[in-house]
Amino acid sequence: MKNLILTTAALALTAGIAMADTVRMGTEGAYPPYNFINDAGEIDGFEREVGDELCKRANLDCEWVKNDWDSIIPNLVSGNYDTIIAGMSITDERDEVIDFTQNYYPPTASAYVAAAEGVDVAGGIVAAQTATIQAGHVAESGATLVEFASPEETIAAVRNGEADAVLADYDFLVPIVEESGGELVFVGELVPLGGGIGMGFRESDAELRGKFDEAIASMKADGSLNEMLVKWFGEGISTYDADGTVVTN
Amino acid sequence: MSCLQTIQDYGLRSLGFGERLLPKTDFTLCEHFTLIGSGMIWNIYFGVMAMIIGFFLATALAVGKASANKWLRKPSEWFIFLFRGSPLFIQFFFAYFFFLSLKKPYPMFDAFTSAWLGALIVLFLNTSAYAGEIFYGALRSIPKGDIEAADAYGMTGWSRFRRIIWPTMLRLAWPAYTNEAIFVFQSTTLVFFSAFPAWQQRGDALYYASYFADKTFNPFVPYPILAFYFILLTLVIVWGFGRINKRLNRHLPEERKTKMRFRLNLAR
Amino acid sequence: MFSYCADPDTLGTFRWFSCYLTNGVHWSFYLSFLKVLALLAVTAPVALSFGFAGAMAARSHILPLSWLGKAYIAIVRGVPDIAFFLFFVIALDQGFEWLRHKVLCPDWTDPVRQGNDFIVCQAAKLPLGTSPEWVHETYGFFLAVVTFSIVFGAFAANVLFGGMRAVPRAQLETAEAYGMTRRQTFWRILVPQMWVYALPGLSNLWMVLIKATPLLFLLGIEDIVYWARELGGTKTSRFTDYPHGDWRMWYFLGLLIFYLGMTRVSELGLERLMRRLSHGQATSGGELLRKETTA
Repeated sequence: MKNLILTTAALALTAGIAMADTVRMGTEGAYPPYNFINDAGEIDGFEREVGDELCKRANLDCEWVKNDWDSIIPNLVSGNYDTIIAGMSITDERDEVIDFTQNYYPPTASAYVAAAEGVDVAGGIVAAQTATIQAGHVAESGATLVEFASPEETIAAVRNGEADAVLADYDFLVPIVEESGGELVFVGELVPLGGGIGMGFRESDAELRGKFDEAIASMKADGSLNEMLVKWFGEGISTYDADGTVVTN
Repeated sequence: MSCLQTIQDYGLRSLGFGERLLPKTDFTLCEHFTLIGSGMIWNIYFGVMAMIIGFFLATALAVGKASANKWLRKPSEWFIFLFRGSPLFIQFFFAYFFFLSLKKPYPMFDAFTSAWLGALIVLFLNTSAYAGEIFYGALRSIPKGDIEAADAYGMTGWSRFRRIIWPTMLRLAWPAYTNEAIFVFQSTTLVFFSAFPAWQQRGDALYYASYFADKTFNPFVPYPILAFYFILLTLVIVWGFGRINKRLNRHLPEERKTKMRFRLNLAR
Repeated sequence: MFSYCADPDTLGTFRWFSCYLTNGVHWSFYLSFLKVLALLAVTAPVALSFGFAGAMAARSHILPLSWLGKAYIAIVRGVPDIAFFLFFVIALDQGFEWLRHKVLCPDWTDPVRQGNDFIVCQAAKLPLGTSPEWVHETYGFFLAVVTFSIVFGAFAANVLFGGMRAVPRAQLETAEAYGMTRRQTFWRILVPQMWVYALPGLSNLWMVLIKATPLLFLLGIEDIVYWARELGGTKTSRFTDYPHGDWRMWYFLGLLIFYLGMTRVSELGLERLMRRLSHGQATSGGELLRKETTA
């Protein structure tokens, strides 16, 4: 009798796991073109498209969840969603706490943007978003770091002269510089930071991570990931070979 | 690295002294306590300065709001309504924008966009409005007999205010004003959180607490440490204000003193 | 929303705005105002009951209970609400899930904490992994209400504690003389009378509660500040049909007006309530009312 109860309990458990095929995808929704809220109020962007395709290939039911950037990792490890897909660069410190898939976005550069050419980015005042890899880089570079709560404010700081330059993801800055009508320009060298962008998982969730890893590899192999990269980031973007190595354009 | 070394390196980090780079890996509890404690310097600076300067404006606002003259009353009422009626969060936002736009044509306003001055001004105006309302309430509940007695002694104008009305007002308002002080210190955590930029990683206690939370991805260590510091600070405030309260009430018979304390000890 | 909105670039100013202000994101923005109001409406009574319980505990004759009540008031009041919000929601969520885990999955042998991960059995998850999105959102809202209530309950407890002590002793002694038990005295004499003493403090608290709602976004609720920032930020034409510069100023101006309006309405409402409560009470306010009606 006792045995029987245990079996049903075990059955219920496995059933629970089988039922939990809805995968909750946590993202920020404030970082175009990676992820943002479109006019209709839905999550949109490069990662939305990639994520949906990955779910289709891994045969999973996915649901998108928005979460504030600052608490995005604590909420993942606490189990409020199952994966982070939010333009998160793979770094060593993050890797200690969560696990990443292989990158679905090649290691990219960060860039400085200023209001005029010839700004001294190594010794001037450089703005960055609080607690980003860019902020860490500026703090070490010898420039005077000034941190703002949101990416929006870092750009505004350069426009109104609070800071000489801003350091942020190159791809985030491109549309802003293009539409500024010459007011903002790229300065200095590109700074390679981080190991590309990957999806984050709980360390105990190796199975789910494996599924997505496989799906990413298949998207790299058939070139569909490259199409999306070019669609969202333009022709200049680095892409992947069929075996997953990065091709710089 | 010993804890003493850490304190030497980071104890005054929030003011820009000591080690330039913040710790990056293997965070110890000692580093948590030292840096968050170092950030408390700013919270205390903002709180103390805003309370001291605000005290005078608050008195003026209370007298203005209680005044019979429309030209004094209306501006005071509006000022108090505006600052008590809107979240500090939004006040900080507008102040920063306003100071930025002032700075462009007039470079003399340069310092206003830094937290040490700009945020202080907002906190000062904000606490003046709250304290002004508290003092106004106290002014209205000054026993009529006290004022009549002053009149009978031939006191008028300034001397009546300074020697009778003002001390009584303070005495009546003090418990509520203590609460206000606690609130002001707590609101100083908003300064770097949403409003003003942090320069060279010099920030307040919350700034460092969230730095640690962001690096270790564990909010359960730094924020309780921050809470611990604030409980300590609150105890100091309650103790200090209690001393002053005793002094303000020193002429009263024993049994009325305790009563006064509880009856008026209502939240902000 | 309107048929002419298909191509906003060609529209005149008025029509452009009529389209812009009625697109999907803006409806989310307007909805968030309702969210804030709903949160206030739910939190106020819950916080009040937390406060009532706290005040009752604090004046209890059972020492540990009284210490517990006083510690609750002192600790929560001493901590800035932001610091509280930043870790408390996750703690609360994990606490609930852990309790359910203990009850629902007693056979589970794996540790709940594995390194940094917090893992409970599927059945204990809150909400269940299979629940639709609205359940998740409601649960998030519920957590926010509880967190707000715990914080503001401590303030309310302090106010009610003061209110209870302010009821004249003579009233309680009279009740005792009539042979009422402690319980009867508390519920029939003390509780009805304490409100008038507590109301000024409670109305202040209500105002503070209104002004604490901009911190809701820390609790994972997409509130009005979240949307004002999101919508007001610079938008480039690649990602929206309605590109614009930095309009946060205007959105925040809207919020400012909303909050000032809320404050004004509350002030008027509370004033009326105070008049009603003061009626027939032995306070200066009650005295004033009596004079007005007899004069």
